Amino acid sequence: MNAGQQWVAFTTILVKEVRRFMRIWQQTLLPPAITIALYFVIFGKLIGPRIGEMSGFTYIEFVVPGLIMMSVITNAYGNVVSSFFGTKFQRSIEELLVSPVPNYIILLGYVIGGVARGLAVGVIVTLLSLFFTDLQVSHLGVTVAIVFLTAVLFALAGFINAVFANSFDDISIIPTFVLTPLTYLGGVFYSISMLPPFWQAVSLANPVLYMVNTFRYGLLGVSDINVAWAFVMVTGFCALLFFFSLFLLERGKRLRS
Amino acid sequence: MTAALSIRNLHKQYDNGFEALKGIDLDVQPGDFFALLGPNGAGKSTTIGIICSLVRKTAGEIAIFGTDIDKNFSLAKQYIGVVPQEFNFNQFEKVIDIVKTQAGYFGLPPKLAGERTEKYLRQLGLWEKRNQSSRMLSGGMKRRLMIARALVHEPRLLVLDEPTAGVDIELRRSMWQFLRAINASGTTIILTTHYLEEAESLCRNVAIIDQGKIVHNTSIKQLLRQLNKEVFVLDTREALTDMPTIEGYPGQLIDEHSFEVEVVKGKSLNKLFASLSERDIHVTSMRNKANRLEELFVSLVEPHRNETAEAQL
Repeated sequence: MNAGQQWVAFTTILVKEVRRFMRIWQQTLLPPAITIALYFVIFGKLIGPRIGEMSGFTYIEFVVPGLIMMSVITNAYGNVVSSFFGTKFQRSIEELLVSPVPNYIILLGYVIGGVARGLAVGVIVTLLSLFFTDLQVSHLGVTVAIVFLTAVLFALAGFINAVFANSFDDISIIPTFVLTPLTYLGGVFYSISMLPPFWQAVSLANPVLYMVNTFRYGLLGVSDINVAWAFVMVTGFCALLFFFSLFLLERGKRLRS
Repeated sequence: MTAALSIRNLHKQYDNGFEALKGIDLDVQPGDFFALLGPNGAGKSTTIGIICSLVRKTAGEIAIFGTDIDKNFSLAKQYIGVVPQEFNFNQFEKVIDIVKTQAGYFGLPPKLAGERTEKYLRQLGLWEKRNQSSRMLSGGMKRRLMIARALVHEPRLLVLDEPTAGVDIELRRSMWQFLRAINASGTTIILTTHYLEEAESLCRNVAIIDQGKIVHNTSIKQLLRQLNKEVFVLDTREALTDMPTIEGYPGQLIDEHSFEVEVVKGKSLNKLFASLSERDIHVTSMRNKANRLEELFVSLVEPHRNETAEAQL
């Protein structure tokens, strides 16, 4: 395939992915909007005022960046894991496997499809947050870059989960037992400076902490961690997962007999 | 002339140790309508899976129109269109989207993809259903959808794995007509089927595969020449209590108004009818008992199986 044909193949996969999550918007876009709106109401308006300030901001101001990031992470991951596993389950993955599309185009198509949903939900949640607080952007470049890289990282992780999954149970295990704890303990709801030194050190092993704090730095200008180091780490993880995903596709892991 | 498909020493051993293919050699010439026949588990679908890169081969070489699938997989795949045995499209997508998406996977620009999609959906009688969700289609329509999808990039080699399984007779005949037209336009077709009548009606050449080996590879005409006897069923006006004994025509009674006789190929039937007339038995109708190719198929596969069984003892 020449470059033009590869571009056509990439946009075909991407359009298919976007069409899929738009077609079932009641399952893909609406639920996270409702869930996060409830977080805004409960943690922002009802409990927030009693908590007081955190890192120099009202609790609703502090929690909004974390909740936006949480929705981006879960939706970028969820889109790719369910879509790619669905194509395996229905065997429509064979449409791609018999075609001349290179593996890296297949991977990019699905990952950018996941990023598209993650960002779509992120935008919806951001707009909803404006009903509860004024949103400021301290560092636009940092904000956009970290949210994009985070969506890429978790879309790749969702892809790997889908490749290994043999049943629908397998695609819910990682989000339930790994992704949710990492996100909830990743500084979405609190600053790690509140924790005892031991748990602060443990928290630093959680990659989600770096993404949430970098995004918070982009919006509020405050962070618990070194932002430059966060970018290095997230980019490194993206590269690692990208090449591992590509390796799985080249080997035909659980895709070809 | 470069073969449309060339297979050399193809082996496949699955992870569980099962050896599905034990060194297959096969050539299919451009423009041919070729049948790959064999009982269940013989290795037909594995062979097709490897050709279409859905199954990884253990050893061997495959070239499509001279292009080695290991050396230039992209070009080799451009040559092939595949219609699998089982439905393998997204049941929630619209008919038109399924075909157009496949065109995109082959790099066809959107305008051309749209034109080709319309062309093949119209040819296969699915254009009126284009905006329906594919799960709403009947079984026959789903099969036609998979054919349209396989043709949208206009491959030089079309591979069909039991395309008419579960399709009613009328639809099967119309699909045969369509496939003949596609073949006449220059597309090489390889077909696997359980309907031996289908192979006899459509194909010019045939390979019979059994237990992972090609046991016969010849033309359909040549194959049928090897069949040296036929069985006819005769219906009679008179009720019969016993099978009429006629020398040179062994047979058996089926019921009181019909019996079957075995006739060596080329032998005259006049003596049979003369003997029946002498006994005042009137034949009201006559038909060939079984598909001729089916009989031959059994006669070719069975000895091979017996040899294998003996070798294992």
